[in-house]
Amino acid sequence: MSNYIMPNLQKDKIESCAKEGKRLDGRKIDEHREIEVETGVSENSSSAVRVKFGKTEVLAGVHLALATPYPDSPDSGTFMTSAELHPMASQQFDTGRPGINSVELARVIDRGIRESGFINMKALCIKEGEKVYQVFVDIFAINDDGNLMDVAGLAALIALGRARMPIYNEEEDKIDGYSETEGIPLKKEVLSFSMTFHKIGDAIVSDVSKDEEAISKFRLTIAMGDNDGKARITAMQKGLAGTISSEDMETILKLAESKWTEMFPKIRENVFG
Amino acid sequence: MAEKGIYTKREDGRAFTDVRPMTAKVGIVPSADGSASFSTGKTKAIAVVRGPRTLHPQHMQNAKTGILRVSYGMMPFSCGDRIRPGPNRRSEEIGKVTEWALSSVVDLSGFPNTVVDVFVQIPQADAGTRVAGINAAALALAHAGIPMKEMVSAIGVGKIDKTLVVDLDKYEDSEFHDAEGSTDIPIVLTSRTKEIALLQLDGKISVDEFRAVIELGKVACDDILKVQMEALKNVGVNDE
Repeated sequence: MSNYIMPNLQKDKIESCAKEGKRLDGRKIDEHREIEVETGVSENSSSAVRVKFGKTEVLAGVHLALATPYPDSPDSGTFMTSAELHPMASQQFDTGRPGINSVELARVIDRGIRESGFINMKALCIKEGEKVYQVFVDIFAINDDGNLMDVAGLAALIALGRARMPIYNEEEDKIDGYSETEGIPLKKEVLSFSMTFHKIGDAIVSDVSKDEEAISKFRLTIAMGDNDGKARITAMQKGLAGTISSEDMETILKLAESKWTEMFPKIRENVFG
Repeated sequence: MAEKGIYTKREDGRAFTDVRPMTAKVGIVPSADGSASFSTGKTKAIAVVRGPRTLHPQHMQNAKTGILRVSYGMMPFSCGDRIRPGPNRRSEEIGKVTEWALSSVVDLSGFPNTVVDVFVQIPQADAGTRVAGINAAALALAHAGIPMKEMVSAIGVGKIDKTLVVDLDKYEDSEFHDAEGSTDIPIVLTSRTKEIALLQLDGKISVDEFRAVIELGKVACDDILKVQMEALKNVGVNDE
């Protein structure tokens, strides 16, 4: 990935604004962009969804295929997330083999979904030790205007919420289309979503734009789910070479809790309709 | 801890806040500019530093500073199952987060257009390989004489059911699934300012428990730092 070049003037402007709690696009420092969700992206996949935070736009879809279970979990379905940071989405993305950014993005989203137990893998077993469903979440970046991690994470959740169960033809051992009504088995109560905070100048900023992201000192992604009405941490990932002081950590934890309370009902509605 | 869970005793008899027995040695690969090994319990890591040296391809060069480049890998025989040699998504990500953690303390501004390569390999794994690798890599960088603003120390802290534990072994990390299960949180702290240079988490943990995890990490990292400093003082002492 080539480096994003930003004039020093722009960097100084963003940092001095952040100090006063302002941003170049008029948002408050902890203000998320409007979330837009659009379905009907592909008539051939009920799950395919378009999610936008402002100008950052991601498509995601879910597929189920027949697979052999792993020997250490013969009664569980399998799961894989891929993320394509396509050159159409940004000047900084290249064609070819996935770079470290898309590997990290896919792995953070994969772990968040896998470790939370959001997909009921046991319910995806067709015949123990022989046949299970494999769930693929495929993420495709259309336009990068910052915070792809959270946009892609939400798109993955919504696609899973919309995915339908395949109809298994046992005689011919193949999938004969998809159910129109039956969704894939999800544990709705463990739903969690991610919020990424960046250190810009001396400030902690939510849902960054591309320009803000380019001058970030560190980022911290926190995923939170519901535990009796209180936010509970389910995943974290720090990125970039800056270090997090105790004060910054405390600011982020408080911010994450309040943002979660504000956003969770809306996220849940988007995922489960 | 307010609530008592079902995890009341560790199999190896350690207290919940104990790090496994550690060893560290500096200068294990003679041809390298810097090298070190670090082990905690059965988890062993080795790290080798080569550089600063000219960075190729040229377009990757930074005229203002040298850059750090880290690769991490598990050796094929490090686990029960054979690990396929070469990079995979897991190793690439761990290499990158290690690179970020080490870059936070390394100052390569005196070596423009160069790269410092850090190679981390795990010959024997029993959980906590990325943090063991970082402890070894920090030692290897110091051994190579790379300018560092501070040292870094790394530890895995976690939660087994409701109990907070330090330095999880493989059973605690990946084989405990009862009740609230296992949450593993690799942490890297800088030695002087105690700032967080690496942080990852998977599992379920309340915000207050997480705060306690960071405090446990600080105590453990102080112990690890002592072992690292001792190893650096002993460079060459027992060599021919």
